[in-house]
Order: sequence, then C-alpha cells, then structure tokens
Amino acid sequence: MSADTKRAAAPEPNYITANYGIKSWLLTTDHKRIGLLYLISISVFFFIGGAFAVLIRMELLTPEGDLVDSETYNKLFTQHGLIMIFFFLVPSIPAVLGNFLLPIMLGAKDLAFPRINLLSWYVYTVGGLVTLYATATGGVDTGWTFYTPYSSTYANTQVMYTAVGVFITGFSSILTGLNFIVTTHKMRAPGLTWFRLPLFVWAQYATSLIMVLGTPVLAITILLVALERGLGIGIFDPKLGGDPLLFQHLFWFYSHPAVYIMILPGMGVISEVISCFARKRVFGYGFIAFSSLAIAVLGFLVWGHHMFTSGQSVYAGLVFSFLTMVVAIPSAVKVFNWIATLYKGSISFETPMLYALGFIGLFTIGGLTGIFLGTLALDVHVHDTYFVVAHFHYVMVGGMVMAYLAGIHFWWPKITGRMYPETIAKFAAVVIFIGFNLTFFPQFLLGYVGMPRRYHAYPEEFQVLNVMSTAGASILGIGYLIPMGYLVWSLWWGKVAAANPWRAKGLEWEVPSPPPTFNFDQTPVVTEEAYAYAADDSFVETEAAKPPTYPSDPKVGADS
Amino acid sequence: MSHHPALAHHFEDLEQQHESATLGMWAFLITEVMFFGGLFTAYAVYRWRYPEAWLEGSHELDIGLGALNTAILIGSSLTVVLSIHAAQRGESRKIVRWLLATIGLGLAFLVVKAIEYSHKFHVGHVPGPNFASGDFVHTETQLYFGLYFAMTGMHAVHMVIGIGLFAVLLGMAMRRRFTPEHHSWLEMCGLYWHFVDIVWIFLFPLLYLLGRNQ
Ligand SMILES: [Cu+2]
Repeated sequence: MSADTKRAAAPEPNYITANYGIKSWLLTTDHKRIGLLYLISISVFFFIGGAFAVLIRMELLTPEGDLVDSETYNKLFTQHGLIMIFFFLVPSIPAVLGNFLLPIMLGAKDLAFPRINLLSWYVYTVGGLVTLYATATGGVDTGWTFYTPYSSTYANTQVMYTAVGVFITGFSSILTGLNFIVTTHKMRAPGLTWFRLPLFVWAQYATSLIMVLGTPVLAITILLVALERGLGIGIFDPKLGGDPLLFQHLFWFYSHPAVYIMILPGMGVISEVISCFARKRVFGYGFIAFSSLAIAVLGFLVWGHHMFTSGQSVYAGLVFSFLTMVVAIPSAVKVFNWIATLYKGSISFETPMLYALGFIGLFTIGGLTGIFLGTLALDVHVHDTYFVVAHFHYVMVGGMVMAYLAGIHFWWPKITGRMYPETIAKFAAVVIFIGFNLTFFPQFLLGYVGMPRRYHAYPEEFQVLNVMSTAGASILGIGYLIPMGYLVWSLWWGKVAAANPWRAKGLEWEVPSPPPTFNFDQTPVVTEEAYAYAADDSFVETEAAKPPTYPSDPKVGADS
Repeated sequence: MSHHPALAHHFEDLEQQHESATLGMWAFLITEVMFFGGLFTAYAVYRWRYPEAWLEGSHELDIGLGALNTAILIGSSLTVVLSIHAAQRGESRKIVRWLLATIGLGLAFLVVKAIEYSHKFHVGHVPGPNFASGDFVHTETQLYFGLYFAMTGMHAVHMVIGIGLFAVLLGMAMRRRFTPEHHSWLEMCGLYWHFVDIVWIFLFPLLYLLGRNQ
C-alpha cells in the first residue's frame, strides 16, 4: 500500500524522463525520441542551408560580382539547394512530426519497425556527414540537379562525395516511408477506420507512397552518374551514344514527385490546425483525403514539364503541360476545402493558425505561378529565370516551412510538455510573413523582366528589386532566429502544458504531455469521426485545458 | 498475460506482427522494382535506339555460363522454400541443411559470375578508358557493356546481401530460434531471395539471349 501511494504521488515518467544519458537517446527505439533526434539534426541543416542563402543574397546586393567569384557562387547556390531539399525539406515534417505523431494518432505504441526507424536516422546522419564533408572540402557546383554530362565528366568539384551523401540519405526516406505505410495499414486502434483517420495521417501515407516509389529511382540515377564519373561506365555519355536527356527523365521522375514529398505533409498539418482553430470539422474530409492520394499518383506523370526547353519532343511537352494542369486540381480542392472550413467557424488566431493562414495564401500564389510555368508557351519565356526561383520558394518556404512552423508550434506542448510564449511567437510569425514576401515577391518581377537564375552578376536595372529581396531576406533570417530562441527558452521557463491545451480532437491530445514511452496504457477504442468539434464549441480555457496538478497529499493520489 | 518470446512489445499479437513484417517486405520489394526499373528503362531506351550494337555485345556473352547460373539460382529458390517448409514442420536440422545449401548455391553463382567478369577484364570488354573498342564495329557497344556491368553488378550486390542474411539466419537456426508458429525472418528473407532470382530471370534473356539467333 505504501509503495503504491508513493508511486502515485510522483508524476508518472514520460518518454523524456523515462531514462537518462546520451546512450538512452542514441540507442532509443522510441518513435518520439527519434522524432526529436531528427528535429535537432534537421534544424542544424536548416541553418547551414540558410547560411548559404545569406551569402547568395549578399552577393546579389550589387550588380557587380564583388563578394564572390562566379565559381564560388555556383557552389553557394548548389549547396543551398542540396542541403535545403535533401536534408531539410524532404525529412522535415515526416521525420519529425510524422515520427512523433503518427503512432499516437493511430493509437499504437510505436511504429511497426522501431529499430528500422532508428536506422533511418543513422542513415540520414551518415549521408548528411558525407555531404558536409564534401561541402567542407570544396563543395560542389553542379546545381542540386546533377545534370549530366557536366556532373559526370566536366565538373572539377566534389561531385562524387555529394552524390554518395545524397544516395545514402535517400534510404532514410525509403525506410521512413515503409514504416509509415505498414503502421497505417496494420496498427490502427480498434474502431479507427480509414475514414476516421486524421487528415495528417492521410497526408503522411500519401507522402510515404511517393518516398517508396520515387526515391529508389533517384538512387539508381545517382548511382549511374557515380559509375560514369568514377569508373568510366558511361551510361549517359554522349560520346558513346549515351543520352543526357535520359538522365533528366530519370532525375525528374523522382524530383517532381519529391516536390510533393515536401508539400503534402505540410498540407496534413494545415488540415489539423485549421480545423482546431476554427472549431469545426474539416469541410469535405473525403475530398481532402483522396486529393492526397491523387497528388501522389498524378505527381508521377508530370516530370516532363522540367524539360520543355531541353529538346524533348513537342508532343511530349504538350502532354506534360496538360497533365501539369491536371495535377493542380487536387491541390486546389484542398485549398477550397480549407477555406470552406473557415467559413462560419469560431476562428481564433493563435500562432499555429497564423502560420496556417499564411500557408494558404502563399501556397496559393506558389501553386498558381506553377501553372504559369507548366504552360508550355509561357515557360519558354520564363524558363531559368527568377520567376522559377520565386515560384518554388513560394511553395517550399512560403508553403512547407510555414506548415512546418505551424506544426511545431501546434504540437510543441505535446512534444515538450511546455507552452511556447504566445505573444512573441505571434510577432515572429508576422515578421516571417513580411520578410518572406519582401524576399520573394520581387523575384517574380525580376524573372518576368528576364533576370536569369544562377548568375552572380546582373545588369544595373535589376538592382532595386534585388536590394528589396536582400532586405527581405534579412528580415526573414531574423524571423527564423526568434522561434529558435523562444522555443529553446520554453523548455526551461515555458508554462507547463496541459494534456490538451488547444482543446483539440485527436488521440494525441488524450495522452499526457509529454506522452509516456508506450503512449497508451491501454489500447484506445475509437468511437467517433475525426474532428468531432461541437457546433457551439469556442476556444476558451476550461478545466480540461489546465495543467495537471500532482497531489502532494498521498491520500488523494492513492486510488488514481 | 504471458507473452510469446518472439512478440515485440508494441504489437498486440503475433498475427499482427507477422502481417506487418510481410507487408513491409512486399513494400520493400516494390522499392527494389523501382530501383531496377531505372536500369531496365535505360536498357530499353538504348536497345531500341542501337539494336546492332546490342547484337554485337550480346554475342560476346557466354550462354553456357549464363544458363548454368540461371539453373543455380532456380535451385537456390527451391532450397529456400524447403527450409521454410522444414520450419513449418519444426524440423530444425533440416532448416540448417537447406540454408547451407542455399548459401552454397548463392556462392556458386557468384563464382561463375566472377569467371565471366574476369574474362571480360582479360579481353578488355570493360567500359572505360581501356575499352577494346577495336573489337567492335559500333561505338555504342561500350554502352551495352556499361549496362551489362551495371545491371549484373547491382544484381550481384543483392546476392551478396542475401547470402549475408542467410548466414545470419543459419546462426539463428543452429540456436533453434525458429518454431512452426514463428519463423517470420526466414519467410521475409525467402521473399527477398525470390525477388533477386526474378531479377536474374529477366537479366538472362535480355542480356544473353535476345537476338542470338541472328
Ligand atoms: Cu515539377
């Protein structure tokens, strides 16, 4: 009896306090801890990739190439792209939030293959270190696209190590994807049917399909480049009759769908956040769920829109242009449904909601300009200009990074057991929004009037817009540092978070913050649809949302 | 509640665990299909574009050794199935025996492949700066050999991984870790091995046989 009361008096250990020491983290198979390992590593890569962006924007402040020479500049934008795409954007939401949340949202104790999950983090880290080694020993200048024959024959930079690094890291995506697919199929709690799944899970599932189907093609493509460069086995070598366009086909067969690897998980976050802060069930649940799958499938059919000017046949170009229009439909379906969800909702503007609304606006601009680019005739005009650069940054930074920040803030109380400081967080969200638009909107204009991408010097008439862009980038950079600061601060001094501070729906909000190691004491039974928000439910703090109090009087806790 | 020793903590029961492993393996094999798919695409594109060079190249391969290796691999798939069959009936000794046979056949395949490779090295039919292009009318024949080495080389890498897996399984079998109700590992590695076999079943006709009657 006395032993029992003692145990009840102390707070139950959660996944963080369950055991201590560096080994308990590096050898963990707990999906939540692995999510945190990923959070730390991808944050490091985000700031390394960001540092390259800073150098790029500084060089472009003036028309002359005065800060770096053209060869260094080629390396800067290549490293920026490589690190941001393969080491931040691709793993960001799946590997951090997906890892942490997917099993809990499914009512499971862990992912299906916990050791493979840990392996994926090591694979990612090794790939990252190899790439950083290549960066530190001279870097690579091929552009993140590794186009042959430049990459296979002519480039005198660290192509080999970089290729190996990206090749290795690809396997971490594959392993994560496999784990998510199997877990979603086989480990849903009783009563949790496919159409009761949170839309976040649908998005992760669709993303996993792309990872599993696309990434191996990137792997073999990069391997063939490495064989050509290292051993002289010239599969793409025009001297032997090889076709560099074949490389482009194989590369974009992965790399267009990879765009959806980067954006789909973000869309999943947005569905959760919008629904919670509008206190309404997501409008058109089925449409949003199936649009994720439609994107995953159709995304594999449009790669040729990257090759309109490459000499691929005009008829192929027409078909790819048409299919590109088609793939925009499911994304538009999502946007319409989110807006319909907001309609007549009891909206409150907490930080995650600010990011989510930012996402909808910026992603819409990014998506629509993507349709401009998918239009065969217009693309020939703006191909390889800053219009393209602005377009994909609206989708990737305006879309994905906003969604990532929305998700990090939304689930921060669950992950850490602490609240972030709301006022400064809102301020940072506004700074990021302003900084982002000031950075990238001028680039649409620059591209439209003909400034080509990937040059370190430019004619003087482009300077005003470039100065605006660099100014915006400075604001954006500061904007990203603020959350870094207060999120770390909150770990020690943030308000203790309740199990469900947003009064949100979903299994993850029914377990303590932070959750115990095995998530659930007993497998939950799901009896309702996702997002079952009551009609008159408004966002006010109630008893349920208050932090738990641990009884100091042993008698009180004895029977709990 | 007593747990089966093979049941991992996060699964409800052995059935769920087994189904998860099976689905995971099949999904993994799909990634393998996509991986080799890239190579087969390159093969298809170039074969369609340079049929004469392909004829020239394929005439250099030794059909006898290729056929021998095909037979060896089909045999090894049989021995894997027999080892699983033995596990289902709880015959531990037989599991060990059939796994040893599988490993032996896998190694035999690699030896034959090494003989073929070394012959190519000898006569200078390995792509690269030392390629004996004087032996061939068409420059694109080097492309054929590039794909030959890339495809059979990737296949051989998969063979090596498979043999390694079976060596681990052999250790488990000797410690009697497989029971009639629980031998998922054996089944999963078996699936992988069959897949590697099937890749060869495609490689053999595509590289060795097509067009040889001309
Ligand atoms: Cu694309």
